[in-house]
Amino acid sequence: MSGHSSYTPRTGIERWLDARLPIIRLGHDAAVSYPVPRNLNYFWTFGGILMFMLVAQIVTGIVLAMHYTPMSSVAFSSVEHIMRDVNYGWLMRYLHANGASMFFIAVYIHIFRGLYYGSYKAPREVLWILGVVIFLLMMATAFMGYVLPWGQMSFWGATVITNLFSALPLIGETIVTFLWGGYSVDNPTLNRFFSLHYLLPFMIFGVVILHVWALHHVGQNNPTGVEVKNVAKDTVPFTPYATIKDLFAMVCFIFVFSWFVFYMPNFMGHADNYIPANPAVTPLHIVPEWYFLPFYAILRAVPDKLGGVLAMGGAIVVLAFLPWIDSSKVRSMTYRPIARQFFWMFVVVCIGLGWLGAKPAEGGYVIASQILTTLYFGFFVALFVIGLFERPKALPTSIADSVLGAMKGGSGARLATATAAEPNAKG
Amino acid sequence: MAQTTHTTTHGATPPEGTRRDFLMLATGAAGVVGLGAVVVPLVSQLAPDAQTVAAGAPIDFDLTPVAEGQGVKLVWRGQIIFVRHRTKKEIDEARAVNVASLRDPQADQARVKQGHEQYLVLYGKCTHLGCIPSGTAAGEPKGEFDGWYCPCHGSHYDSSGRIRKGPAPLNLGLPPYAFTSDTKIRIG
Repeated sequence: MSGHSSYTPRTGIERWLDARLPIIRLGHDAAVSYPVPRNLNYFWTFGGILMFMLVAQIVTGIVLAMHYTPMSSVAFSSVEHIMRDVNYGWLMRYLHANGASMFFIAVYIHIFRGLYYGSYKAPREVLWILGVVIFLLMMATAFMGYVLPWGQMSFWGATVITNLFSALPLIGETIVTFLWGGYSVDNPTLNRFFSLHYLLPFMIFGVVILHVWALHHVGQNNPTGVEVKNVAKDTVPFTPYATIKDLFAMVCFIFVFSWFVFYMPNFMGHADNYIPANPAVTPLHIVPEWYFLPFYAILRAVPDKLGGVLAMGGAIVVLAFLPWIDSSKVRSMTYRPIARQFFWMFVVVCIGLGWLGAKPAEGGYVIASQILTTLYFGFFVALFVIGLFERPKALPTSIADSVLGAMKGGSGARLATATAAEPNAKG
Repeated sequence: MAQTTHTTTHGATPPEGTRRDFLMLATGAAGVVGLGAVVVPLVSQLAPDAQTVAAGAPIDFDLTPVAEGQGVKLVWRGQIIFVRHRTKKEIDEARAVNVASLRDPQADQARVKQGHEQYLVLYGKCTHLGCIPSGTAAGEPKGEFDGWYCPCHGSHYDSSGRIRKGPAPLNLGLPPYAFTSDTKIRIG
């Protein structure tokens, strides 16, 4: 959908700059005249929300790094120092800690949106894979960030997760020693995790730029999954339509974010992390942060070390292959009566795995995790099989038709004015 | 220029590689060596540093205060070491098992020092993902086999520290140690 630029420099300075560094043109084409399908629903606002969260995490993180000390003997107390002594330190830390959770809430909605509407299908495979890469980088960043306060959960979470690599045959133990910089999780580990925790968000930012570039090259998917056929009829310009809608959704999201920050800032944390790290005592019940729980449940469901690690990794990596696993040509689940039911079952399975991940690894919980793990992977098999025989419902001929079909009476006139209001809407 | 080179190489048809080929290979080889010289230090700095290695000197421990049925936890090289003074029952249980049926087959005799069968010295680190199994101190859950139980992912170890149930692949590790007298050990 990247067509001709509709930017016309108005002043002399703009013309001068445009001939030398067309940066205003870039911004105009990407965020003003860029055509978005007119039928996008609010699930499409999470990309913008995620962008906001990334920037918010970087800003609060940079501030926290000014007051935090990455040394095992004082790391815990430096976090308390931020909480008690630094002006608004409590706010910065609660924003950052809850921000991580909100970031994951938004990214999970964003991923499930992509799953439901088939946003991974051609020509959006690279866009989707870049998203999986961002998700992996986010997980690494969040994990290392959780280690920094150097509480009990930080320490033992770091021990368990780094030990995952020891499952690899032959080189496993060496890799773990090199991750630790010692014979156990200790000061060298904390130091390097701090360094990497500072680096990775900027790598995420880099991949996000590629993600947005790929998006703007192929154009957005939409709830019907039907490609844009006529830019004038099927799309509206990004500004003001998407800009305002994204901003409104962002404000609503910030309400929820603020509710957690100001009224229940420790709700998504774990009380044990307010106990300083003690290498001699493992907490009786180790749980990772909530956003890792489904994967943690998969890890524990397999009664074999290497098998468990591979299943957990596979649960994430399989997403990257989705464009080639799903055999159906129809994108949107709205028009796929069978696959849609499997999608909602998959959502329930993921939530169920998350619940089981927080339970102790014994008895019925293990059996339930094993059943749900099978169902998790079964969903991907089902997507392949269903596509072979499923008879999809009739697709609308175009985005404009689907919108007009849903409207009543004289709404066609409204559609026309929306296009006419923005003379730049040429795409 | 390009045209000239083209004709000369063709016209001359040298039997071996040209000077240019040699220079390409030599430059490439130098580049690879240079890259290696940069990568090695960058990776090597991740390994345990001299201070960490030096802190791993051997430690001595006197077993006399550890009564029968008791266990203690020591720290060596930042890792937990379990020392347990086993009861007769625990030793018998460990020896009654059919070794071939174990996940990581090892006889109890091979896991203790001859003549000191009552003392079991182990790394206190679950071979699954590195948590500290419970069962050393009094009152801690010992799992289903009178040994240790890892609370993280539910591995059960027997009274010889061998894996019996759960996701861990191996028995609890044996640190290097020796009896310096009847009641004293040196770890490391």
